[in-house]
Amino acid sequence: MAEAHPVGFQWVVEAKNRGAKVIHVDPRFSRTSALANTHVPVRAGADIAFLGGIVNYILGNEKDFRDYVLAYTNASMIVSAKYRDTEDLDGLFSGFDPGTNTYDQTSWMYAGSEEHAGDSADSAAGRETASGLRHESHGVPVPADVPRDETLQDPNCVYQILKRHYARYTPEVVEQVCGVPREKFLEVCEAWTANSGRERTTCLVYSVGWTQHSVGVQYIRTGAIIQLLLGNMGRPGGGVLALRGHASIQGSTDIPTLFNLLPGYLPMPHHAQHPTFGEWVDEIRHPGQKGFWANAESYAVSLLKAYFGDAATRDNDWGYGWLPRLTGDHGTYRQALDMIDGKIKGYFLLGQNPAVGSAHGRAQRLGMANLDWLVVRDLYMIESATFWKNGPEVETGEITPESCRTEVFFFPAASHAEKEGTFTQTQRMLQWREKAVEPPGDARSDLWFFYHLGRRLKARLASSPLPRDAAIQNLTWEYGADEPSGERVLQEINGFDLSTGKLLSSFTEMKPDGTTSGGCWIYTGVFADGVNQAARRKPGSEQNWVAPEWGWAWPANRRTLYNRASADPDGKPWSERKKYVWWDPEKGEWTGADVPDFERTKPPTYEPPEGASGVAALSGRDAFIMQGDGKGWLYVPSGLIDGPLPTHYEPAESMVRNPLYGQQANPTRKVYDRDDNPTNPSPPRQHADVFPYVFSTSRLTEHHTAGGMSRQLAYLSELQPEMFVEVSPALAAERGLEHLGWAHIVTARAAIEARVLVTERLTPLRIDGRVVHQLWLPYHWGSEGLVTGDSANDLIGITLDPNVLIQESKVGTCDIQPGRRPVGKALLAYVADYRRRAGLAPGSRPPTVTTKDADGDQ
Amino acid sequence: MGINSLYGPLDPAPDAGYPDAPPRMGFFTDTSVCIGCKACEVACKTWNAIPDDGFNLLGHSYDNTGGLSADSWRHVAFIEQPAVDALAAAGRPEPQFLGMPGTTLPGESVPAGSRTDFRWLMMSNVCKHCTHAGCLDVCPTGSLFRTEFGTVVVQEDICNGCGYCVAACPYGVIDRREDDGRAWKCTLCYDRLGDGLTPACAQACPTESIVFGELSELHARADERVAKLHADGVGSARLYGHDQDDGVGGDGAFFLLLDEPEVYGLPPDPIVTTRDLPDMWKRAGLAALAMAASVAVSFLGRRG
Repeated sequence: MAEAHPVGFQWVVEAKNRGAKVIHVDPRFSRTSALANTHVPVRAGADIAFLGGIVNYILGNEKDFRDYVLAYTNASMIVSAKYRDTEDLDGLFSGFDPGTNTYDQTSWMYAGSEEHAGDSADSAAGRETASGLRHESHGVPVPADVPRDETLQDPNCVYQILKRHYARYTPEVVEQVCGVPREKFLEVCEAWTANSGRERTTCLVYSVGWTQHSVGVQYIRTGAIIQLLLGNMGRPGGGVLALRGHASIQGSTDIPTLFNLLPGYLPMPHHAQHPTFGEWVDEIRHPGQKGFWANAESYAVSLLKAYFGDAATRDNDWGYGWLPRLTGDHGTYRQALDMIDGKIKGYFLLGQNPAVGSAHGRAQRLGMANLDWLVVRDLYMIESATFWKNGPEVETGEITPESCRTEVFFFPAASHAEKEGTFTQTQRMLQWREKAVEPPGDARSDLWFFYHLGRRLKARLASSPLPRDAAIQNLTWEYGADEPSGERVLQEINGFDLSTGKLLSSFTEMKPDGTTSGGCWIYTGVFADGVNQAARRKPGSEQNWVAPEWGWAWPANRRTLYNRASADPDGKPWSERKKYVWWDPEKGEWTGADVPDFERTKPPTYEPPEGASGVAALSGRDAFIMQGDGKGWLYVPSGLIDGPLPTHYEPAESMVRNPLYGQQANPTRKVYDRDDNPTNPSPPRQHADVFPYVFSTSRLTEHHTAGGMSRQLAYLSELQPEMFVEVSPALAAERGLEHLGWAHIVTARAAIEARVLVTERLTPLRIDGRVVHQLWLPYHWGSEGLVTGDSANDLIGITLDPNVLIQESKVGTCDIQPGRRPVGKALLAYVADYRRRAGLAPGSRPPTVTTKDADGDQ
Repeated sequence: MGINSLYGPLDPAPDAGYPDAPPRMGFFTDTSVCIGCKACEVACKTWNAIPDDGFNLLGHSYDNTGGLSADSWRHVAFIEQPAVDALAAAGRPEPQFLGMPGTTLPGESVPAGSRTDFRWLMMSNVCKHCTHAGCLDVCPTGSLFRTEFGTVVVQEDICNGCGYCVAACPYGVIDRREDDGRAWKCTLCYDRLGDGLTPACAQACPTESIVFGELSELHARADERVAKLHADGVGSARLYGHDQDDGVGGDGAFFLLLDEPEVYGLPPDPIVTTRDLPDMWKRAGLAALAMAASVAVSFLGRRG
């Protein structure tokens, strides 16, 4: 956090100065570790074993916050008798289909509601469309009435399943799998549990490198299980907080730059699953289900009214037919491979530098070199605009500048200081910022670019008779004259009452009859009372400690989600010290320091009448109001592709045989088995020793991501002027590496060179009785800028998490050798020789399932 | 104040002739909360329009600046201290001190039991703005001067590049720029102070490792901080440059360190290089008088 978020880290330092204990778990000793009370070095890719060990510690010692767990989690719910755990099936859950390597999730459901698995049962299609993302703000459907055992004794209740699932994750196993000495591990367990409960809460903060694993979603799930067991959700000082990779990444999922979502986490329509407006809306609201998604039709109609204005009518299903449709996987990695295969002809890149910043850099560059046209908008001439003449493939002869077919259009872009708008940060808070200076020369904001691109497209297509052009023709597109107004866009996002022309103040005012509009329902209220609430800057000293008048947080300016859980089932604060939101019986309403995340006048004693659905079906104790059952999920009965409980799988590339299960890696991970995307062999396959070391990559304080904003600046470039690799003294001795000398790092994809930093900040770990060396690389360098160097991302292959299709880029295996790498065609031959030695012949496809019963090449 | 204004406790601005000088301003740099982000280096260069210092990987941990220079007025040092096996260290006999220089780097040999974990120390170094500034004393052109805030500033349009100040600094801070030969160093953002602004480095520091303020208040804050760290078990915390009785009369920019000053590349006992100047002049004067007297005597003797 200190490394990539130094400004935010000031609050950690302040908390530490006030007595907080800071624990840093990271493979390498970083700037964060330097300031932490305890640094716990861990093997990259073994986090579920580590956190699962903590779950086992909590359950084994009955350290869970039992009153909270019983009231607000699904611990007492009974799961189908057909459910089989990874403990029973050598690393697979019940329902596995070896044909598609996905699960039929029917047996994961709660008892008696197996038929509700619905379309989640078809998880192969779900994986293609990253369906896990849809559940970012809400759970998947489950019925309201689930059998429960409040004593937690039923062998099929979630609590008992959880206990059995993690029983083997003992401190000894944690030491064996993660390389963390048990005393150090127990120190973490004790600190975390001692600082949780009625009087205290603990916060779990992760940086997004945590998500970049073939089990990334399950990493965070494990953290969420711990936080729920300890009662740290919905309470002040608790939570699971994602530190985003750069400004407004939260905003870019709320109003998504993702292929499978529309604003406000409405799913992008799928051509086969959602042929009609009605089917699309029912997929979101699940008729009969509990919770706030029951009003999804209002959000959907308002979005279409914002898109298409008067052209959207009830008769034409509000213009639903004009929305694009998904046909399968259109994720960023699929796109790169489709470019290589000639299936994509044109591409827009805005503030993105995949030639350096995305996994498998060579595939990214070869893909972009096979387009008709490419538009790049950035502050500087980045590698993704010059790969055709300066990229590494020019040297190897794979790209010839004279004959590269891609026509690149480069547009200079305005930086964040040169345009107005909002950032949405990890707390879901929108903060408006003014333009500080005019952009230089021809540089323009992205808003300007798209506004004028849209105007030109509309003018060009104004008289087109083709049905496919109707969407552009009917798009509302009025944002000012030359420089469009950011505030007008934010107002459109907020939404209007179309009959009065007034801005909406809350999404509860949205209607399904076409009389309201709103570009992103969760953002409705950011312009409440006609005021730009995101621009509020009232000092903390002039308001309560939650500071609700600084900026604006979705939904409805709530600073902590699910804060009903900060009070006990009767509505009283768990403790005076952690008082936050509570029920005021005299006034008959919820009150407190934050906006209550609950219907204001629904008493804690409320029980839904028989047959209720939607919001009315939520009881007065269902704190997790967006979940289908109103509960925080320790166990996920439906909606995740790879299982209801996080399970330790080895990374897709590992030199360690999974010590816990026959199943080596996540069986449902998304793989693109192609000769141009080989994966280093892992046990039980042979030749894993060709790539005997673990590597991880991350950021340095001195540079920003792919370097487009830092390697062009002398003041930053001089601070970290060269690509380097960090190795421990022991590894340096083993491979003959010299401090400040050259080394090259090799995987099945590439060989890159770097200067060597020998440092004790990296420690060899003892894993399963053998020494495992880890090395670390920053990923900031490329071929453009004041300082240049090889790109670490060239080393990484494309293997994705099945739920959200994020790449496994934080752990892989490699070899490291002293000296510089070969150049030109010799480089290709050198890497090909490694592939040959590793048994990666063209056309070889390793088996995914490696359990005892599988027919693998064990 | 002693008879010698080149040495000993002193409030420098009034001594330099400012009748209504504002309080003396300075930096307190608390290395125990430094995260090594180098924002101070970048903010300093941006505000003062200092050229880059070259793109050289130095291999000194994450320090690629190397030290304070004409082109780097803030410098963040990174010191990696290996873990010490306390048990092994405890079993080893204490070496006999023979008065010989050590063979290990400062901070590497650790008394048994004092520290076991690996440590990564970071410190943002800067001009000390000494009470008795050797650079200022030796400057022949008046380019270096004492400001009303008690700080020491070079006026680049007057500097003739003689370089006397470079040799005179006991900390090795001030330096001549290679291309123009003139001397440059931290001005404690004199051009910001006049407008009531905080110096750029302190403004940019995210963790309040660099604190700017009235020196007397900073001293009180630093004493509190050391006491708290000691209470928290960080026995190695100590102040550096705060003592007005040290060899430079105390620094306008002082530090909280977590190890010996040598570990950070700081002189343990800096002394203003002009301390003995009055004495030397006195002796030179005496010698001149004696010479004159002997000459006179020799003439007298002739007559006699």
